[in-house]
Amino acid sequence: MTAVAMTVNGKAVTGDVDPRTLLVQFLREHLRLTGTHVGCDTSQCGACVVHIDGKAVKSCTTFAWQVQGANITTIEGLAAPNGPLHPMQEAFREHHALQCGYCTPGMIMAAVDIVQRKGNDLDEKTIRHELEGNICRCTGYHNIVKAIAAGAKTMGKGA
Amino acid sequence: MYEFKFHRPTTVRQAAGLLARQEEAKLLAGGHTLIPTMKLRLAGPKHIVDLSQIEGISGIEMKGRSLVIGALTRHFEVATSPTVKENIPALAELAGLIGDPAVRHRGTIGGSVANNDPNADYPAACLGLGATIITNKRRIAADDFFKGLFDTALEPDEIIVRVQFPKPNKAAYVKFPNPASRFALVGVFVSKRGSEIRVAVTGAGASGVFRVTSFEDALKKRFGVKSLEGMTVPADGMSGDIHGSAEYRAHLIGVLARRAVAAATA
Ligand SMILES: Cc1cc2nc3c(=O)[nH]c(=O)nc-3n(C[C@H](O)[C@H](O)[C@H](O)COP(=O)(O)OP(=O)(O)OC[C@H]3O[C@@H](n4cnc5c(N)ncnc54)[C@H](O)[C@@H]3O)c2cc1C
Ligand code: FES
Ligand code: FES
Repeated sequence: MTAVAMTVNGKAVTGDVDPRTLLVQFLREHLRLTGTHVGCDTSQCGACVVHIDGKAVKSCTTFAWQVQGANITTIEGLAAPNGPLHPMQEAFREHHALQCGYCTPGMIMAAVDIVQRKGNDLDEKTIRHELEGNICRCTGYHNIVKAIAAGAKTMGKGA
Repeated sequence: MYEFKFHRPTTVRQAAGLLARQEEAKLLAGGHTLIPTMKLRLAGPKHIVDLSQIEGISGIEMKGRSLVIGALTRHFEVATSPTVKENIPALAELAGLIGDPAVRHRGTIGGSVANNDPNADYPAACLGLGATIITNKRRIAADDFFKGLFDTALEPDEIIVRVQFPKPNKAAYVKFPNPASRFALVGVFVSKRGSEIRVAVTGAGASGVFRVTSFEDALKKRFGVKSLEGMTVPADGMSGDIHGSAEYRAHLIGVLARRAVAAATA
């Protein structure tokens, strides 16, 4: 067993885990933050995307001990507790960008990362290209792309 | 996944010591090849030697006429670095074509070069630019480094610390990505540095990345698309699978090489 310590959604957390424990397992099974999903477990689908020190990463392809001391943000930490949804979450709701919702947490975490890197004015081509690591089996991506463009704009207004 | 112990050395020397001392030890950099392989039980190291706590093996700088990139430098850092964009823009572009944004946030140049996946992008850049792989023991020319599928000149306790790329006059990389995996179905890197011309191909060779000397000779006469007109590569020695036959890959090499030369001379 190995001791891990990190900050998750602004809170210091610790755990005693088998070295094989992936970050996504630590989040879901030890911290009970089940918003982060496992879609493929083969690094392809992006359902498990969280932010490590502000950058989108696949938490199924990272050991928990590798992010010792890091700052992790999951879908649960995007909006303030009991506050309104984060603008990107609101845009997904507004534009009907989800059906079963399985890919959604990863999509939203990836989307916020895209805005952080590429700014608030995103065209369709950029969004589609940047979403290469996130797979959705339901929506056909159309509304996801629309939602991300809209959410990016709202984020720019400092909402 | 099989059980393992992990180690987090803080110097390259300690890391090399661990590799030499521990049986079945493996280095871990970004983990974006090793962890998936361990999940599939295709790799089962008893010891993992994590490179992330070692200082001085990541970062990008120009040293004289060469671009030097630390082994632990992530793909996104190379893709977005002003130094790389100014000196070898083709290399920044190549790094930006690897996988997807999340993969680029973790994967490293050292891990990619050491892994020598026959469909990976960096091996084409190393061979296509005449890079030097610098390890804890020696300097290895790219021409002597890539030995075959997933095989390199690295010894068991050898660690890549830096990769040095001489700055070319002209260079370009054109990749035909496998639409599912984003890896290169075929990728061609071309460069011109003084009178040295290089054409390196990834994704197609049955024994990994290789140079196309017939194309290089043609481009030596004149570095332009016309010099490659009508030129082909035999399908012999190409790999074929469900994604593309050997003939198809051989054909793509000609097409992509012409596109790369056009991009390099644009
Ligand atoms: C979904 C997905 C898509 C991808 N798409 C592409 C793509 O389009 N093109 C592409 O080129 N690659 C692609 N990759 C692979 C990715 O670039 C990997 O990150 C890279 O090949 C390995 O780098 P790493 O730092 O993750 O290495 P690790 O997985 O940590 O290590 C890989 C191997 O190299 C060894 N190693 C690591 N560092 C060193 C060192 N400094 N010295 C000696 N040995 C070392 C390790 O022991 C291990 O055997 C993809 C990966 C995924 C998961
Ligand atoms: S579960 Fe991590 S990429 Fe699919
Ligand atoms: S909404 Fe079902 S997978 Fe995307």
